[in-house]
Amino acid sequence: MTSTTLTWESGTSCTQSRNALAWWCSDVWQMTLRNVRHVLRSPELVMFSLVQPVMFILLFTYVFGGAIDVGGERYAQFLLPGILVQMALYGSAAGTTIGVAAEMHEGLMDRFRSMPMSRTAVLLGRTLSEIFRNVGVAGVTVGVGLLVGFRFRGGLLPALAGLLLLLLFGYAVSWFAAYLGLSVRNPEAAQAVGGVWIFPFTLISSAFVPTGSMPGWLQAYAAHSPMTAAVNALRALFTGGPATSYVLQTVAWSVGLIAVFAPLAVRKYGSR
Amino acid sequence: MPAAIRTAGLCKRFGSLTALDHLELTVPEGTVHGLLGPNGAGKTTTVRILATLITPDEGTAEVFGVDVRDDPRRVRSVIGLTGQYAAVDELLTGRENLHMIGRLFRLSKSDCRARASELLERFGLGDAADRQPKTYSGGMRRRLDVAASLMARPRLIFLDEPTTGLDPRSRMEVWRLLRELVADGTTVLLTTQYLEEADQLADSLSVIDQGRVIVSGTPDELKAQVGQDRVGITLLDPGVMERTVRILRERLGTDPVADPDKMQVHAPLPDGGTLPDLLHLLRESGIAVGDVALRRPTLDDVFLSVTGRSADHGTDRRTSGKETERP
Repeated sequence: MTSTTLTWESGTSCTQSRNALAWWCSDVWQMTLRNVRHVLRSPELVMFSLVQPVMFILLFTYVFGGAIDVGGERYAQFLLPGILVQMALYGSAAGTTIGVAAEMHEGLMDRFRSMPMSRTAVLLGRTLSEIFRNVGVAGVTVGVGLLVGFRFRGGLLPALAGLLLLLLFGYAVSWFAAYLGLSVRNPEAAQAVGGVWIFPFTLISSAFVPTGSMPGWLQAYAAHSPMTAAVNALRALFTGGPATSYVLQTVAWSVGLIAVFAPLAVRKYGSR
Repeated sequence: MPAAIRTAGLCKRFGSLTALDHLELTVPEGTVHGLLGPNGAGKTTTVRILATLITPDEGTAEVFGVDVRDDPRRVRSVIGLTGQYAAVDELLTGRENLHMIGRLFRLSKSDCRARASELLERFGLGDAADRQPKTYSGGMRRRLDVAASLMARPRLIFLDEPTTGLDPRSRMEVWRLLRELVADGTTVLLTTQYLEEADQLADSLSVIDQGRVIVSGTPDELKAQVGQDRVGITLLDPGVMERTVRILRERLGTDPVADPDKMQVHAPLPDGGTLPDLLHLLRESGIAVGDVALRRPTLDDVFLSVTGRSADHGTDRRTSGKETERP
């Protein structure tokens, strides 16, 4: 069988010269690049991602804000962390759940799966590119927030820490979204599912109203929602106040989501 | 030297549907093998197993001696897949597509650049290289798709119905590319519903139906199995029809069939019987001939004779057939 070993080498010219880790990084980079290009080359997606936070900030600040009592605080100050977290979730829902479901039905996925590339890279590239998008969306959100009266009162470092926490949380949720996108039968179902799952998360939380006005059983749910933890952590870091417990909760939720849904999603991708 | 492809007793079921039923297939390296059959026959399932996309329920499938289940990664490093659906990224340019595929196949950056340019030129996509495939025609997209499969110079390439849905000109282009490929020594497994395509391109053929190979051989062998060439003569005067039948019977020793409506006489032409001789004889007998046609048996005839139905028959069930092969 010596002839076999010899003939195997022609197809892959430089496998030997780099180690497996370097190629894994290269695969992930290629997939991230691809998804970032998708974002940049979809003007309607860019518009939608950027107009949405502006719309929500203006709507809540000027339409609902006057009627919501947030304990003497400016509503914009209260609202902005909620909008930031909500936008990160919307991005995952629309981008990842629907995008992944649609892509799995394209011939390109068969091509990837018939290639010697890493199987984790496809989904990693997808979720990592969500971070890129979230940076843009968070930038616009903060910018509009500053215009309507929001201020970083806790100082520069806590503000940066808050934004990093936001990106981590958004990243973790995109793994859940990816798993969801892989689990539904077709892109149409993903449209339906992708838009729905975020509502109980975003609305039943401390994002837009203080949870104190909700009925007791709902309060209990809202208090333990990861969304509430993330919003409260950001609020404390941006405005001042005890942040540690909320930050730890948010980190724990994020790590937990990744630990559970990343392996599930990768397995689902491999088995399709 | 192991065969490029060898399957033995390959079975695959999707629920209650049996897609493959002990499929046996051997393809020597450096040849083009055509997998011919109607929709739902198991062609795509066979390709998907060999390309490591799905695993068989029973039996073995080897690519260059490596079992697809034991070491799929190794198999993946030497194959190229062009599936039924164009597998290109719509938002990356043609060049970016090829570059990405090359990098994922572990080619160096400079290799990728050189190979992408070479393939784009060779496939007539040089001018469109920096545009997105959504601006391409169906034929251009298909060529980009095939180019992507060739980036890493695979030793075995799967072409699953490569010309389905293409206009005749694009089909000719894909055929030309395929012939070039084969000249490079690449082994090709080609699935098709087009008998003409298989006839044109394949060194050997397997006709499959309901998940099994029902007959295989070279296109000529299969056609020989069906029978001889046939000659059709169109007469100008209906009055000489009977005389023509008699002359043909005497000369050829076969049984001519008269078709009075079309003023035609058809007869099998046995080996050794040549058309010029026949025409000469008719002219000497004073029979005026309007038109003569020599028809070789086609793979359509092969398909009809081995399956009892025409190869086109499956076309109506197109959608459902595809779905059952890709659950």
